[in-house]
Amino acid sequence: MKFPHLRRSVVLGTVGAISMMGLAACGSDAPPETDPDAVASDAQAQCEELYEASQDVPESGNETFVFAAASDPAMLNPFFASDGETFRVARQIFEGLVDTKPCSADPAPGLATEWTGTDDGLSYTFQLEEGVKFHDGTDFNADAVCSNFEYWYNQPKGPAQSEDVTYYWISLFKGFAGGDTESVYDSCEASSDTEVTINLTQPFAGFVPAMSLPAFSMQSPTALEKYGKVADGEDPTTTEYALKRPTGTGPYQFDSWNRGKEVRLTAFEDYRGEPARSTTMVIPTIADPGAKREALINGEIDGFDLVAPADIAALEEANMQIVNRPAFNILYLGMNQKTEPLDDPLVRQAIAHAIDKQAVVDQTLPPGSEVANQFVPPIINGYSEDVTEYEYDPEKAKELLAEAGAEDLTLEFNYPVDISRPYMPSPEDTFNLIRTQLEEVGITIKPVADQWTPDYLEKIQGTSGHGIHLLGWTGDYNDTDNFLGVFFGRESNEWGFDNPDIFDAIAEARQLPTPEEQKPVYEDINETVMEFLPGVPIAHPVPSFAFDPAIEGFYPSPVSGESFASVVVTE
Amino acid sequence: MLRFVVRRLGLMVPTLFGLSVLLFFWVRVLPGDPCRSLLGQRATPEGIARCNEVYGFDKPILEQYVTYVGALMRGDFGSSIDLHEPVLDAFLNKLPATIEVSAVALLFAIVLGVPLGYYAGRHQGGWWDTTIVSGSLLGVTIPVFFLAILLKYLFARQLGLLPTQGRQDARLDVEHPTNFYVLDGIITGNFDAFWDASLHLILPGLALGTIPLAIIVRITRASVSEVVHEDYVRTAEAKGLTSGTINRRHVLRNALLPVVTTIGLQLGLLLSGAVLTETVFNIDGVGQYLYAAIGVRDYPVLQGFILFIALMYSVINLLVDLSYGLIDPRVRAS
Repeated sequence: MKFPHLRRSVVLGTVGAISMMGLAACGSDAPPETDPDAVASDAQAQCEELYEASQDVPESGNETFVFAAASDPAMLNPFFASDGETFRVARQIFEGLVDTKPCSADPAPGLATEWTGTDDGLSYTFQLEEGVKFHDGTDFNADAVCSNFEYWYNQPKGPAQSEDVTYYWISLFKGFAGGDTESVYDSCEASSDTEVTINLTQPFAGFVPAMSLPAFSMQSPTALEKYGKVADGEDPTTTEYALKRPTGTGPYQFDSWNRGKEVRLTAFEDYRGEPARSTTMVIPTIADPGAKREALINGEIDGFDLVAPADIAALEEANMQIVNRPAFNILYLGMNQKTEPLDDPLVRQAIAHAIDKQAVVDQTLPPGSEVANQFVPPIINGYSEDVTEYEYDPEKAKELLAEAGAEDLTLEFNYPVDISRPYMPSPEDTFNLIRTQLEEVGITIKPVADQWTPDYLEKIQGTSGHGIHLLGWTGDYNDTDNFLGVFFGRESNEWGFDNPDIFDAIAEARQLPTPEEQKPVYEDINETVMEFLPGVPIAHPVPSFAFDPAIEGFYPSPVSGESFASVVVTE
Repeated sequence: MLRFVVRRLGLMVPTLFGLSVLLFFWVRVLPGDPCRSLLGQRATPEGIARCNEVYGFDKPILEQYVTYVGALMRGDFGSSIDLHEPVLDAFLNKLPATIEVSAVALLFAIVLGVPLGYYAGRHQGGWWDTTIVSGSLLGVTIPVFFLAILLKYLFARQLGLLPTQGRQDARLDVEHPTNFYVLDGIITGNFDAFWDASLHLILPGLALGTIPLAIIVRITRASVSEVVHEDYVRTAEAKGLTSGTINRRHVLRNALLPVVTTIGLQLGLLLSGAVLTETVFNIDGVGQYLYAAIGVRDYPVLQGFILFIALMYSVINLLVDLSYGLIDPRVRAS
């Protein structure tokens, strides 16, 4: 029982949730009352406790720490990745100029110790840590930073300039050298070994937090030049660098990657900070959630994440530790306004009033998940305290439907099957409950289930004939545009509305030079969006980790930026 | 004999070519496209368009087909869109895992299935026969994933004897020169690795072997019970041969022909059964790779892997046909 405070609160939450599912008869004690507000801050409080505890654990334990991943990394050069499993490996090997504060999405010093931006938002100067080495023994300095920016900006034409390969560069910095779209990046100047200035062509308030994304990790220019060069038209993800030679400054260095089986990392002896506490980290690939659960209980692995809510009880019974990642996501019910009568605000309001979000959270999401009242999580810049709320009121829902002349409403309700997302661990359960709630106010539901990819996403995002649907989003870094811009930045098949006021407001907010200036604007946008009600924000679910009882020193990160260097396998 | 082999090999060419055509068009009529899958929730119309352009999916389908066949003629099976590795390399890299688990499954099915079927056939109607027949019926009907749960619960959770997933303990850092893990343990002289890899094969082997076991039992039983009533068996008995000689030389040998055919067919079925077993037991073989490729509509992988599996199936069938000659001299003579 290594996380005493954590275990108690998680168990209480679990008992609370299970009791509400009508299973209380199985237990002997009456369940405690769960206060939604108290539960809401649990994951955050637990994270902070774990962070404190991680500072005070034994310096070393067993040699090897084994953490299972759901899939292989796509490859090992994080610049070409946008998936969580590649980033998980990258977070151990690489570091960015900027890191995130423990248990927060806010920027913190990484390889840069401090930074300043000019008032016009067009230039940022970073002071770099001294004496840092890449794993190949070369120096990390201002020239290396410029080499990285120039490497990103000068990607060859072809696959390297396609969204499936350089997603983050394209979505944040827009264009490449010599391309049709002007890039947000302009130039890089190294004024000394430890001072570097990045110039932009237009203000980008999210620039500093974006530098905490693993895609923009600092990589050894020498190794990239030697093993990672590609010509126009060639695939940059299959170079020797991307498959066998990832070279960063992180606490772990790459050892081997046996495709489909595992990635092995070893502690980097010359690491600038406290060295990794386990000398070897192995990340085996185990796709099946049930197989991961059994492997953990059987002692074959030390931990895994995205635990299915249904597995939590079994894991706790086997004395495993459950750790929740603070929510940095949103689960929502989308409404397609191309499908009548969803274009009628009264009908959308009726649907919002018909849904008992607290029940959805309690019965279908992991303990500690929070009810949502807008499309961004509370810890993000521009979260508004004054949005229009649509409390659970089935009678009011019926009245609104009558007022809209939609008493006999029939709706297609799309939901995905056989998938677990951090923001939607068991979509079938969530669907079933919301369906029941909607039917209670007289709406007839036509359920439509699809496989997640490509069928479900194709239908929701690629076609316009659907009705209401379940979907969500996990934030990549602390930038409000990473939520609002993704959802409502332009007309889309998913939402089916054309509201230039919202589109323009989001575009303008994106151009503001500082987060301080963006804050009131985003608050306004959140309020406008919730008045317009394109969908119903349901919850901010907390994704869960499970660990062997012998694991100490771990703490989660809201933006999935967990470093495992602090983890010790005791015994 | 040589002419037979050459003719059979020759017949494979049009079969595989036809299959390649069917596969090419079949994977493309599946709903959804690879670029949508690759980009997932991050897909924008422009992003999908750019991705389609890069991989040539925006070209007319006939043009894509010509490109595909051209590459195929040069022995180029393309690269995985999702994992960016050559399809042939991926297949060869994954095949040893599938062969290992299939071999264990088949060994288990034959070693247990033939004697059980033989015993049941020789003692038809008895208590043992009823038990064996009912057991084999259960074996055919029980789903692999359910059996996997039972096996894991019993041998891993309750008894703590066997690992539940994978091919090797992640804490062992070992070399894999051939990718046949059991063999690798022997080659590198690493007994721990050999033993660990062997233990990892037991549960998936049992789970995958249950259906072939049940089928082999039933075919052997039926075949034996038919042969024991043949005239030559009665003649052998009349000649005063010992029951051991009769069973070995007259009953078993004659009864084995349909069993060998069945085993050959089972080999092919094992390859498809491996998809589920490999997924449930997390074995990074051909099946698991193929399963993942279906999810993301990885066209080159689907086309290549199914073609390779068909090729293997054809070759196995040919080998089975050839093996008849070893068992039945009449086939050899004809």
